[in-house]
Amino acid sequence: MISAQNIDQIFVILKHWLLGYVPALLQPIASAIISVVPVLIAFPLLFAITTVLERKGLGRMQNRYGPNRAGPFGFLQPMADGIKSLTKEDIIPRSADHLVHFMAPVLIVIASFLVYAVLPIGRNMVITNLNAGVLFFFAVGSMVELSVFMAGWSSRSKYSLLGAMRAIAQMISYEVPLVLASIVVIMAAGSLSTVTIVNLQATYTGIWPHWYIFTPWGLIGFVIFMIAATAESNRCPFDLPEGESEIIAGYYIEYSGFKFALFFLGEYLGMFATSAMAITLFLGGWAAPFSFLTFIPSYVWFFGKLLALIVGFIWIRGTLPRLRMDQLMNFAWKFMLPLSLINIFAAGVWHYMAAGPIRWLVVGFIVIISCILLSRGLRRDKWFHVRTYRYAS
Amino acid sequence: MTITFLFLAAITIIGTAAAMTLRNLVHCVLSLTLGLVGLALLYIDLGAQFVGFTQVLVYVGAVAILAVFAIMMTRSAEPSENTSSPFRVSGALIALAVFAVLAWAIFSGTNFLPTSAPQPEASVNQIGIALMHQYVLPLEVIGVLLTAALVGAAVIAMDEVRRAR
Repeated sequence: MISAQNIDQIFVILKHWLLGYVPALLQPIASAIISVVPVLIAFPLLFAITTVLERKGLGRMQNRYGPNRAGPFGFLQPMADGIKSLTKEDIIPRSADHLVHFMAPVLIVIASFLVYAVLPIGRNMVITNLNAGVLFFFAVGSMVELSVFMAGWSSRSKYSLLGAMRAIAQMISYEVPLVLASIVVIMAAGSLSTVTIVNLQATYTGIWPHWYIFTPWGLIGFVIFMIAATAESNRCPFDLPEGESEIIAGYYIEYSGFKFALFFLGEYLGMFATSAMAITLFLGGWAAPFSFLTFIPSYVWFFGKLLALIVGFIWIRGTLPRLRMDQLMNFAWKFMLPLSLINIFAAGVWHYMAAGPIRWLVVGFIVIISCILLSRGLRRDKWFHVRTYRYAS
Repeated sequence: MTITFLFLAAITIIGTAAAMTLRNLVHCVLSLTLGLVGLALLYIDLGAQFVGFTQVLVYVGAVAILAVFAIMMTRSAEPSENTSSPFRVSGALIALAVFAVLAWAIFSGTNFLPTSAPQPEASVNQIGIALMHQYVLPLEVIGVLLTAALVGAAVIAMDEVRRAR
């Protein structure tokens, strides 16, 4: 009765068992609710865990203790934070545009939650299997930019407007490589459905999986995707839109209390969603890394990979300094964009060559040479020389 | 005429109407975006998923952001004093004429009997194949046009930099 298969499918079985008690007329609605509610619980919970992990991890990297007062090892800190933000006064600037000011945090949370509809978090565990799932993901994700603008503009503060302008410029610039990097996977899979993409990767040759990251174009695509995802979620080293030391908190400077918490939540949910998309596209989704490890349930693998990527984000945040605005734009338009275009070409070459080591050599050569040449072009008289300050000298 | 259709149509009409009547420029853009989202939802309601998602991606993700960015860069969104435009009457006449022509075309082109034929299932695959085989020339022409526009924009921007020095 309790086999590995059953444990893997336990949530699906549970859902069907619960649906059995619902009258047939209400079953579509009940099915939707039963699918959506766990996602609405699991990912905010992951957000709470991540905030503690991030603060403790950053503290460790900066030679200090992180939060260690609330609960054992400070793990009840998110509870304390939540109570604090709920009891704080909700301050709205007098000259603010009240309706837009109110709508911005609502919209960012809605958009961030909507994208989870197409992310497969386990075998047979996806809310909807859309025909154009990847397109849905990017379409809804682009609504976040609008809410960022609404927050920045409606506050009537120059800092928030500056932050919004920086954020939108950055998000537009990095959305292009983000989408172009995922195109290679769509080309290889021949489908825009996230479920199909994962199913294609969940097969094995011997003990080795067919993840797209284990190809030259997949590796480059994954790296581009993750860099662009860092920029999209406004995290270090791309945190100019909310640089605390320059413009205090960027576009949500005028928000307090729970609205601020909603922005925080939306930002982290966006980060989880793009990480989950990277896992779906390149890291095999819920598939186990080796064929002899498939007895471990699929959702464990998914959340394990997600946590690994989150740890990577935290590590990068603790390690790299913030970029300048010109560096940010140069990097996006002169390095990431051409590289992702070349990567699409490399994926095409890979598709039309016969399988074997020659294919590896040719495509790997294209990708590595273009990486080297583009990075040299980026370095030329740009990054490593004595800077002259136009206004400060 | 289901409830969903009426609801989505109401969203679209309210959004676009507000875009024309509101005083504040940013409010206009935001309500126009609402209208465009309503239109995208209508496409999805009619079974054209791909078109609907592309509508959101292009119009909400790019066009609305571009409009918003232009407003932020150029002028304040404060409502201007002169609300009456000299083109009010002629604009209304043109709009009426266009509406009449479109309505006439639609009324003469379709009979309003419910069609019993099954809805054509336009999957992403079919759209892609059609774009790459049957309509490949228009696609390429549009690509060339967009590239020309991009190069033109870059040239304008470059010229300004040179003049500033």
